Amino acid sequence: MRKQYEAVIGLEVHVELATKTKIFCGCSTEFGGAPNTHTCPVCTGMPGSLPVLNKQVVEYAVAVGLAANCDITQNCKFDRKNYFYPDNPQNYQISQLYLPICRNGKVEIDVDGNKKDIRIHEIHMEEDAGKLIHDPWTGDSLVDFNRSGVPLIEIVSEPDMRSADEVIAYLEKLRLIIQYLGASDCKLQEGSMRADVNLSVREEGAEEFGTRTEMKNLNSFKAIKRAIEGEMERQIDLIEAGEEVVQETRRWDDTKGESFAMRSKEDAQDYRYFPDPDLVPVEISDEWIAQIKAAQPEFRDEKKARYKEEYDLPDYDIDIITGSKHMADLFEATIDLGSDPKEVSNWVMGETMRLVNESEMELDDVAFAPEHLAKLIEMIKNNEINRKVGKEVFEKIFRENIDPAAYVEEHGLKSMSDEGALRAAIEKIVAENPKSVEDFKSGKKKAKGFLVGQTMKATQGKADPGIVNKILDEILSQI
Amino acid sequence: MSILDCTALELGRKIKEKEITAVEATKAALEQMKAVEDKVHGFVSYDEESALKRAEEVQKGIEEGKYTGPLAGVPMAIKDNICTKGYATTCSSRILENFVPTYSAQAVENLIEAGVIFLGKTNMDEFAMGSTTETSAFGETKNPWNLEKVPGGSSGGSAAAVAANECFMALGSDTGGSIRQPASYCGVTGMKPTYGTVSRYGLIAYGSSLDQIGPIAKDVSDCAALLEVIASHDPKDSTSIGRDEYDFTSALVDDVKGMKIGIPKDYFGEGLDPEVKDAVLAAAKALEAKGAVVEEFELGLVDYAIPAYYVIAAAEASSNLSRFDGVKYGYRAKEYEGLHNMYKKTRSEGFGAEVKRRIMLGSFVLSSGYYDAYYLKALRTKALIKKEFDKAFEKYDMILGPVAPTTAPKLGESLSDPIKMYLGDIYTISVNLAGLPGISLPCGKDKNGMPIGLQLIGDCFQEKKIIQAAYAFEQTREYEAPEIAKGGARA
Amino acid sequence: MANHIDDETIEYVGILAKLELSGEEKEQAKKDMESMLDYVDKLNELDTSGVEPMSHVFPVRNVFREDVVTNGDGSEDTLANAPEAQDNSFVVPRTII
Repeated sequence: MRKQYEAVIGLEVHVELATKTKIFCGCSTEFGGAPNTHTCPVCTGMPGSLPVLNKQVVEYAVAVGLAANCDITQNCKFDRKNYFYPDNPQNYQISQLYLPICRNGKVEIDVDGNKKDIRIHEIHMEEDAGKLIHDPWTGDSLVDFNRSGVPLIEIVSEPDMRSADEVIAYLEKLRLIIQYLGASDCKLQEGSMRADVNLSVREEGAEEFGTRTEMKNLNSFKAIKRAIEGEMERQIDLIEAGEEVVQETRRWDDTKGESFAMRSKEDAQDYRYFPDPDLVPVEISDEWIAQIKAAQPEFRDEKKARYKEEYDLPDYDIDIITGSKHMADLFEATIDLGSDPKEVSNWVMGETMRLVNESEMELDDVAFAPEHLAKLIEMIKNNEINRKVGKEVFEKIFRENIDPAAYVEEHGLKSMSDEGALRAAIEKIVAENPKSVEDFKSGKKKAKGFLVGQTMKATQGKADPGIVNKILDEILSQI
Repeated sequence: MSILDCTALELGRKIKEKEITAVEATKAALEQMKAVEDKVHGFVSYDEESALKRAEEVQKGIEEGKYTGPLAGVPMAIKDNICTKGYATTCSSRILENFVPTYSAQAVENLIEAGVIFLGKTNMDEFAMGSTTETSAFGETKNPWNLEKVPGGSSGGSAAAVAANECFMALGSDTGGSIRQPASYCGVTGMKPTYGTVSRYGLIAYGSSLDQIGPIAKDVSDCAALLEVIASHDPKDSTSIGRDEYDFTSALVDDVKGMKIGIPKDYFGEGLDPEVKDAVLAAAKALEAKGAVVEEFELGLVDYAIPAYYVIAAAEASSNLSRFDGVKYGYRAKEYEGLHNMYKKTRSEGFGAEVKRRIMLGSFVLSSGYYDAYYLKALRTKALIKKEFDKAFEKYDMILGPVAPTTAPKLGESLSDPIKMYLGDIYTISVNLAGLPGISLPCGKDKNGMPIGLQLIGDCFQEKKIIQAAYAFEQTREYEAPEIAKGGARA
Repeated sequence: MANHIDDETIEYVGILAKLELSGEEKEQAKKDMESMLDYVDKLNELDTSGVEPMSHVFPVRNVFREDVVTNGDGSEDTLANAPEAQDNSFVVPRTII
């Protein structure tokens, strides 16, 4: 019988920081743009150019470190990591090896109610590389340095995870912390959050670690899960076959569902780190740390407690809403415009979630203005439109961010709030359907539903069903 | 008297007083270049047309009151490792043969603002690695005093061009003596400022923690005036230091009374040529006669500076020079198979032997398993050397010594034994390790008529003290130019 | 205490430094490196225990830029010296095998 194995997993998570400019020069970090338009002598490694550190990078790194319960290295330095590759214009990357800015942290994860601490070995600051595009026609590669020098933090965990679910929970946790801080939008698909997985397997209960591999190119939670499962399987197969796991870097191909070794004779993996003589040490005083701490926003757990206290929402709803910083912001902004919190929550939990799932989006990607939801809620409350029309209008708001007032006006969706006109319409319907009236009178309560339906049809759905019911009851009782 | 015999400040004054125009001065320098370049070869490149065009603009600017500084209109040369926008900057290396920067070094920007005229780019040891200017990929520069001798290096082109009157002043760079030693060999004055005084932005790095741009000129006054223009606090260079004062010319005072000058005994032992020793000690006597207090002392650790320097400089260079890879600029091998082969061929064909030697050494000392034993050991040694200097400057205002153990050697004698060549830097190198300012100025000639240099080393940020003492010493002797410098247009 | 640099080491350093040396150059490089290292070994005479490695001579700290965009489209200058360019990008031999 096959032995029982467990995976031992540590993560190196790269996060692109949400600064306006690159880490060492005044070029924009904006995504997109024609190749090499966001470049200057510094981020393209021109001879004689020199780096100057963006202060905001330090502040974000410290903020993330504090939120992840790290010790802040109050005297930290930058080192050069030397290796040749065309996306790395200087052929060294400015990073931190000897004195990273944060060390010894931990975050708590929760997998199906099981809580566990994942320790963080360190967080360091570094610069991103450029982009290589492979030209299938010429067989050459094209180098674009727009991303070169975009600030990154690399969060290195201890090998504390044992399953793909724990890895996902850890990544979700980091993502929320960083999003709440506003330090990054942490989108895996766009590459603003990237995870390299260090994985080894060992027999369950064993103390010793096995030989680990590092897997790169994982750009979705699904890919990470598949890659972990695939790599576990591959290593177990090797061990079972009596072969050795080779310590190496592997590239995950999610479409093929396989990983490939990235080794070459020319990659000596000897990075010759040494302190960058072009940059001076960063000294982070107690006062500076206190300032960064004081400026920290309300984190998720605090937010959850407050939502419970102030809005008295169900735990499940609070979980969903605070599970996306963006959604929580939208939720709060709508309330700030005067909407009832429960009502806003209902729109998020109901229609928003439905449309997000239907469109295979994430809550982070919801893009309507809080003003529009607030207005919609107000219109329903004032019986300007009924709830059914409201849902239709909301879908428009969700998809196209339209102004509900203008939309309702333009499409003539206003409720028939003129009771006189509605009464006349209902009287007409009652007169036209004596059979139904008779059925109702003889105790068939369903017949009333038919009459309501007929009324809604006659008013093109604009009548308020509550008022229709009320008037109908009055008329029927008089017959 | 010829225009060419003017110092930079004298020329600046004559231009201001409308005795000469900037255009005339530029033409005179260009004439001299044409007359002697085939012998001296101080320049890697020069562009007559753009120099004259610039001279006309500057002349107009002077007349309109745009340029009012003391060096406005003065034609000068720039070492070819200092970036000049729109003008080839090669580091005398094949790998940068066709590199035209799209930006200028901050020091050059400061000079442009001061209304200085650029004649061309001067020859150097490839990537400033060498002490003779013989490692240049574009041919050696010759010493204007004797064309069979080296001009020194690595700023040999700048020193030779000033000595030969091809320009009125020049920029050099000094990583281990590269300004002071060629100045000494060529009988001119050169100064390495305190680390961080002149922005390194646009200086193509050799050893980043050691490199400084500095002036090379005919006398101390010109050096002080030029340093005053190029020194500035530059936010583009994180190691640039904002100084309280930049008025270096205010130290041009003929007075050394009460100044305490220390002479390190360790600088006068084995290996020092007796003629150099005598000339330097005579200079000390001259300063003593003017009222300075001169005293011998033990500096300590002198023999450890060179090995520490070569580890640090080579390590930094191996990393700094990795950007030359045939991808973004400069030379790319014509034939290669695949990426890594392209890198290797480009770099092997593009770099010369001395550069490769230092890149190999630097890569080795940083490689896995050797970092602590070599690199960290060297950085610890550097800390101890700095401490020795700190102790010395508690007692003395400055240190006086030779620049180099000998006068200029013959061409072709040095490169065969690298360590012997490195040993020639023994008096200059520790100044870079400790970040100190140092000035080299002529103090005599040997029996073959080759210039001997005197070095004054100051404490950090104490340029003014060494400028003052150097100026006072300079008043005791006449400036001498080599034969080849004479001639040219008459004023 | 003579250092010995073998073929393997020279080969390895050549990979790190991306330098391809001919047979003759390799022999020379071995000799040069050996004699340099012998010379550098002089540092071992010094007791440096307890001495902090000194990267920077001056205790300058915290030199920063503010997070403000100062650079515009730099592509023309960036590519001005490119040995080979296409589609506003640098061209290099294929990086993925």
